[in-house]
Formats: sequence, structure tokens, C-alpha cells
Amino acid sequence: MTTDRPLPTAPVPDQEDHVDAPQPEHERPARRATDSEPDHAFGAPPAVRASGVSKTFGSRRSQVSALSEVDLTVAAGEFVALIGPSGCGKSTLMRLVADLETPSSGSLEVFGKPAARARADQDYGIAFQQAGLLPWRTVAANIALPLELHGAPRAERKQRVAELVELVGLGDFARSRPDQLSGGMQQRVAIARSLAERPRLLLMDEPFGALDEMTRERMQAELARISVETGAAVVFVTHSIPEAVFLADRVVVMSARPGRITDEIVTGIGRDVVRDEHLREDPAFFRKVTEVREALHAGPVSAAGAHER
Amino acid sequence: MSATAQTTAAPGLTAARPSRVAGALAGLSVLRAAVLGVLGLLAVAGAWEGYKALAPEDGVVIGDSRVLPRTTDLAMPHVWDMLQRLGEPVSSLRGAAPLWQVVADAVLVSLKVAAAGWVAGTAIGLLLALLMARLRIAEWGLLPWIVLSQTVPLIAFAPMVRSWGSRIEIGGWEWPPWMSVALIASYLAFFPVAVGALRGLQSTDRVHTELMHSYDAGWWATMRRVRMPAAVPHLLPALRLGAAGAVVGTVVAEVSIVYPDGIGRMLVTFAGQASGDPEKAWAPIFGAIVLGLVAGGFIALLGLLLRTYRRGEAP
Repeated sequence: MTTDRPLPTAPVPDQEDHVDAPQPEHERPARRATDSEPDHAFGAPPAVRASGVSKTFGSRRSQVSALSEVDLTVAAGEFVALIGPSGCGKSTLMRLVADLETPSSGSLEVFGKPAARARADQDYGIAFQQAGLLPWRTVAANIALPLELHGAPRAERKQRVAELVELVGLGDFARSRPDQLSGGMQQRVAIARSLAERPRLLLMDEPFGALDEMTRERMQAELARISVETGAAVVFVTHSIPEAVFLADRVVVMSARPGRITDEIVTGIGRDVVRDEHLREDPAFFRKVTEVREALHAGPVSAAGAHER
Repeated sequence: MSATAQTTAAPGLTAARPSRVAGALAGLSVLRAAVLGVLGLLAVAGAWEGYKALAPEDGVVIGDSRVLPRTTDLAMPHVWDMLQRLGEPVSSLRGAAPLWQVVADAVLVSLKVAAAGWVAGTAIGLLLALLMARLRIAEWGLLPWIVLSQTVPLIAFAPMVRSWGSRIEIGGWEWPPWMSVALIASYLAFFPVAVGALRGLQSTDRVHTELMHSYDAGWWATMRRVRMPAAVPHLLPALRLGAAGAVVGTVVAEVSIVYPDGIGRMLVTFAGQASGDPEKAWAPIFGAIVLGLVAGGFIALLGLLLRTYRRGEAP
């Protein structure tokens, strides 16, 4: 594939526990702190640009509108969470970006290319709510799958898999099979697999949705670390407000029937802020959670309602 | 008979634990299966002798129909007599080989023919399944015919196959009769394989096919890396049915096209001598049971080799 693209796995200077040889300064992908503006300074196209995107399912007789007139731009390296009630089309939007569905109308570009082209070029990595590991393959072989499919040489594959297994903290389980792992570990393998080809964009559809709360929080912290280390843009679908605020630079709030974007909230939590327990207890974090909740309910939350999630 | 023995042995097999349990335990469960299998055989022999001892000579007759068989030595020889007969020469001719050896030779011949039929049938079944999985229109067009093919009685076309075969002569090569038998065996074997493999190939998880789509993987890459491995759990029972079909097809075809060397023909011949030598008629029946067990054991071995593909993802 492309050799001229900046390597997203280049470590951020202050987080240098892993991986590749440090890149020369000018080649390192730019990391912004809080702004959600695209990298226009570099002339790079945004990771995702959707304008007027609609999607209807079904036959001519009975049409269901899943998405209606959605405009969304995700800058390179930006972490965007899509949140909304069931049926608001957040997964559909992500699947359109992944070219698993095609929009009924509107235009959708991924790194300045049509979504189908971006898929063919392997510009994104994807993780679903189910880990979706191949049960007959070992952890290492599962992570190697995309590399294998795209003809990476064996030695390179082996080295990359070793890096990724370490990155997601499964060094001791490389030879295990998926049925020997817990749900959280399986999901970590899925994330490692989505990172295998150093994509500049990660698409994640409620990857922690099936995990218990404890595992979930730990996975969130890990994903935050990984996203900083890789510098990839992330489109993260979730229905958990704290998860969205904790992880994202920007939370995109959607509503159902028809699915559309109703609000966008910049969390203002910089990428350089370590996502850990302290952040979860920070008043600023709570304020953003409240803000997203109010946006979701389209109006101030009553005192009683504030206790619900 | 064999069915009883197998079902008795089954609890021991199903009780086998997943591979994570130490080898010692696995060895123990193999031992248990073996013991249960032997116990099952003994139970069948016991029931046989028990019935023979207790039931009236003329069997149980209600009205004009006999609902339970006669218990004479002619109809139901003693188990030990049947076993003893296996060790005696097959006929009174001088230098005749012992019965068990003659039966074993016939079983071996039939086994080879059935194996050839199974391999051919499995190959055809897999190709048909692949074709049907590739083209929806092939599935619509072929599947009804495949199902229909199995409603044609085997006896009806076995002689035709024989006569077609006898006319085939390419160069100096002539179509040998055993290939007619194998062809009929494959006719019974291909059907469950085609249907089972197709179901298996269509059973792929959506998340896996979407993943492969996201990798821009082509049809064949998806087939090889995801759909074929995912089909194995569906395929194994189909292969087992196919093996049973090949064995039955072989025995029946041997009888109907008069192929003399196999166990099928021997069943008929020896049954004809039963009035004078009742124990002898049972020998090829035991042979046929062994044939079925070998076929089943082979598939079990295959399942063991493919066990990696039978894992499920933990919930």
C-alpha cells in the first residue's frame, strides 16, 4: 500500500514505552491538544467528511430512514464518539464510512477518497461489538489475518504481531485460542487486529458494549493510551455517555427517527491528558457528562433524571 | 446389533472433556469408552442368549404373524457357535482357508471399493456445494435435482450402471466392475456431503464476512480463510453420513450387479447355505458390521484431525 503516508504508530514523545524507532520530527503526525479543526496546515484531507448523507433501508414499498442529511467531519487524528439512542443510525453512519453500506444520497469521503476506495486502500481498521475472532486461529494468527490477506512478508508479519500482542498486553496469550480468553481479552485481540496495518482511521462499533463495567473501564483507558500512541483518528460508536466523554475529543449526539446529528460537544480534554481514574472523578469530566446528557435529552435534565444514566 | 453396541458406548465418548483437561483424564475417558463398548457387546450377546433360552422354540406368534423370531439353532445360533465357526475352514474342501480369513478378505475388498466411492462422492459433493455457494442460481437450479436424485431406488439403476460400464473401453483399458460398485457408492455418499457442506458454507458469522469485506478480500480468500473452516462443524456429520451411505451403497451394489469378491455378495451366498450351516451365514454379517465400524472410526479420526476447526468462540 502507500509508503508515503506518515506512520501513525510513531510514538508520542512522552508516551514512549513501545515500538518503532522514533520518526524524524517532521514526519511525525501532528497531535493537537483540544482543537477539532482538521490538519489544514498540512493540507491533509480530513479522515472523514460526510455531507448531506442519508440512508434508507428497505424496498420501495416500505422504506425506513436510518440517517437523514448528516454532515460530519472527523479530522485526522481526532477521536470522535457517536452517541445516541438505539435506532439513531450511529452504527449505520460508521458502517457507511467503512463501506459496509452505501449511502442513499449525499457525499462521503474518507481521506478525500470515496469510501469504497478507502476500503480498498485499507485506510481504516475496524472493530465490532462482537470480537469476531476466527475461533480456529490463535491470537497471533487472528491479529495476522489482515497482514496475511494483503501479502505482508512472513518476517514482517511476525514482528508486527509481536508488537501488537504487547501493545494490548496479551504477550502470554499469543498462542491461545479465542475460546480460552475472556470477553475483554478477545476484544483486545480484535483491537490489535484492527491496528495491524497501522490505519490512520479506526472505526469502532460499541467494542466494549458486551463487557462488564470493570473490564470496560480498563479497556477504555487502554484504548485511550493506544489511540495516543498510534495517532489514528477514531470514530467510536457508543451508547454510554461517560465512555464517550472519557475517550473522545468531540462527542456527536444523534437522535432517532430519522437518525440525524442534533448536537456536538467538544470535551476539551486534551489528548495529552492521561485517561485514568483521576479523570473520571474530575468535576470538569462530570460537567461534560451532564452536558452530553442534556444534549441527548434535548433540554436540561431534572434533578430526579440526573441519577439515571 | 452394531447400533446397540454403539449407543451403549456413546455415553463414554460424549463424556470426554475438552482438551484443556490433562492427558491423563483423556486417557481415562478413552479407557472408559472402550470398557463401555465391550460391555455393550456383552449386553447384546447376553440379550441374544437370554431370548434364545427363555422364548419358545417357535417364537411369539400373534394371529398369523410372527412378531418375535424363532429361537431354533437354525434361526438363532448360539453366540459361541458363531464365534467358533469363524475359526473353522470355510468349506469342506481340502486346504480351505478359515472362515474369518475369507470374510476379512471380502471386507477388505468392500472397504477399498467403499473408500473409493466415498472419496469420489465427497469430492463431487464438495464441488457441488462450492458451486452452489458461489452462484445463487446454481443453488436454485441444482439443489432440487440433488434432492430428487436420492429418491431413485438404488436397485433400479445398479444393473444399468453395470451394463454401461461394461461397454466402456478406452484404449486397452476396460472399466472394471468394482468401479461400477464404487460409482453407486459415491451416488449415495455425495448427497449428504453436498447438502451439509452447503449449509456449512452458508453458516459463516456475519461479523466474519463483514470483516473480510472490510479487508477487501475476494471471494476465494474469504472462502479459504473463513467460510471453509467455519463449515467444518457442519461438514463432519455430513461426511459421516456419506461414509455410511458409501458402505450401504457398496454392499447393495455388490449384490445387485453380482460383484463376487465383496462382502455384499458373500452375505447372499452364505445365507443360501444357512440351512446346512447356520453359523456360517452370520460371519459376513459380522464382517459388514466391522466394515461400518471402520468407516465410522475413520471419520472420527478425521474429526480429531480437524478439531481445531470445531472450537467455538467463548461467549
